Amino acid sequence: MVAATATRQMTYLQAVNEALRIAMREDPTVVLIGEDIAGGAAVDHLIDEDAWGGPMGVTKGLVQEFGRERVLDTPITEAGFIGAAVAAATTGLRPVAELMFVDFFGCCMDQIFNQGAKLRYMFGGKAKVPLVIRTQVGAGVGAAAQHSGCHYSVFTHMPGIKTVIPSTPADAKGLLLSAIRDDDLVMFFENKVLYGSKGEVPEGDEGIPLGVADITRAGDDVTVIAISRMVQQSLAAAEALAREGIEIEVIDPRTLSPLDEETILASVAKTHRLVIVDEDNPRCGAAADIAAMVADKGFDLLDAPIKLVTAPHTPVPFSPPLEQAYVPSPARIAEVVRSIV
Amino acid sequence: MSATQSAAPAALDRDQLLDMYRRMVEIRQFEDAAGKNFAAGMIPGFVHLYAGEEAVAVGVCSHLTDRDYITSTHRGHGHCIAKGVDIPGMVAELMGKSTGVCKGKGGSMHIADLHKGMLGANGIVGGGFPLACGAALTAKTLGTGGVAVCFFGDGASNQGTFHEGLNLAAIWKLPVVFVCENNGYAEATPVHYHCSATDIANRAGAYEIPGVVVDGLDLFAVYEAAGEAIERARRGEGPTLLEAKTYRYYGHFQGDQVTYRTEEELARFRDRDAIQAVRDFITERSLATADELNAIDQDVTAELDAAWDDAKAAPFPAPEETLTDVYVAY
Repeated sequence: MVAATATRQMTYLQAVNEALRIAMREDPTVVLIGEDIAGGAAVDHLIDEDAWGGPMGVTKGLVQEFGRERVLDTPITEAGFIGAAVAAATTGLRPVAELMFVDFFGCCMDQIFNQGAKLRYMFGGKAKVPLVIRTQVGAGVGAAAQHSGCHYSVFTHMPGIKTVIPSTPADAKGLLLSAIRDDDLVMFFENKVLYGSKGEVPEGDEGIPLGVADITRAGDDVTVIAISRMVQQSLAAAEALAREGIEIEVIDPRTLSPLDEETILASVAKTHRLVIVDEDNPRCGAAADIAAMVADKGFDLLDAPIKLVTAPHTPVPFSPPLEQAYVPSPARIAEVVRSIV
Repeated sequence: MSATQSAAPAALDRDQLLDMYRRMVEIRQFEDAAGKNFAAGMIPGFVHLYAGEEAVAVGVCSHLTDRDYITSTHRGHGHCIAKGVDIPGMVAELMGKSTGVCKGKGGSMHIADLHKGMLGANGIVGGGFPLACGAALTAKTLGTGGVAVCFFGDGASNQGTFHEGLNLAAIWKLPVVFVCENNGYAEATPVHYHCSATDIANRAGAYEIPGVVVDGLDLFAVYEAAGEAIERARRGEGPTLLEAKTYRYYGHFQGDQVTYRTEEELARFRDRDAIQAVRDFITERSLATADELNAIDQDVTAELDAAWDDAKAAPFPAPEETLTDVYVAY
């Protein structure tokens, strides 16, 4: 692999698309499977150029280059096509399936956690499941309770699944490339609110290793672990806090399974204070899990209680002011940071 | 009984017939021994025995090679043996020993061997439909010429995955054969209660694919019908739903008191035993003598006895094995 140096601006959505294109070019066994992932299958008058590429257009254009044999539209049949993707992965393909919204996991959970996640273990290490399931998470677009959840904690709870949660365009590209090349089942959580966000993205085909956190802003006073879109919210809070003389260190774990405990503990050893910011529901969630890990392995490093800033333990509300209050804001994050400084 | 036995397909020669007979005997004796050893406390967990249904697994799998995949059920020992999974490795797996085909990590309900095209017994009723579609999708995409066979029971035909799998296979013309082993009972509930259709094969009509009912106690009838469906799949003409009417001699699981069916019913099916029918067919046509068939039976017994002795002597996995095989790399 050639180390990438040059970068250009692109959106998070374009970065996902680029990673898929690179992976499909380098490996003919990579196939995309999902509902309308090309769009308009078997519609005679439709030219591929005009096909959806998924309802958000994330996979737009791929069918033109790779054809409908490798960009495979499915019926609305999550158990059917996710399960098919599991066995396709086990028997020689390297599928990237799209579960349109993570909230739909109830329709296919058996195939993910009883089949995909457990095959290797149950078979004594004699199976591999090189499958990526891409899915959308996040509140903020008024999509209401069945299209706005995060739920990556559910999958992080389950052994046999890796969970990857990119917060920037560059991470979306690099982490997706690594996820596709990985021989294990990876759930890849794209935040729908971030699809239009822009950032510098490296040229080339280099992946970002799974299990390595990113220190997105250095600081000495408080460690803030932020997941998915909460990275941007925490960086906004950091600006306000810096004006008050409080420097927070913002760490994006990038993957929850595996979790980069080392980077988190090293930061806490420096700041002695920890805030964890997560848009997922709090009970048995990623924030609680990271807090428990630090309490267990780094209790003596702490000079203040660990604080969590999460969504409330409710479904995502529809009404705009309620939805806005649901998602942790920079103001809420800053307030909690101030409370332990 | 040979009176109800269809004629052996002309394509089967003596060696193939004897090989199929042997496979059926292997399954029967494997299950009888598993039942005894379970009762003796040698097998942890849950065990579901396949005895009585041998003609289905053997009749179907005799058309398959290692490049073809099968998905199986909680009642999977027969499918494993018919697909060529190592029998001593299976015995050790039942006991949870480190020499098991899954290193003792799967047990009875998760025996698998991908090199043999065996994608796993499955503890989830209806779990196999999507998986079979995936294995067939691989075969179709890579052009391997392979097919996938999805074995499932009458109970699984009421799961949502039945619909999802059959529809997906039909629209993509996947090389899959869905083989329903209708043994009359979903656990303790009879099929006439749990299923809206008189024949589960009727449901094929909803997907506009062939639906075929076959006498699952008749090895040659199963062999012929499965052969046709598998060839159709290999030609790229899509899936078939094949329903084999069969019967299990044991209960749903070992320990089941089987209060939901009568002794008379069991006796009626034992009178039509599929293995005895094949024996009669072979001896009546002088393809082999009863002594020659007895020698096969004894040979299988000796192999199984040795497999059990070896498995009993084999070590359990080391405690640190708990932590391995979750991920390829983590």
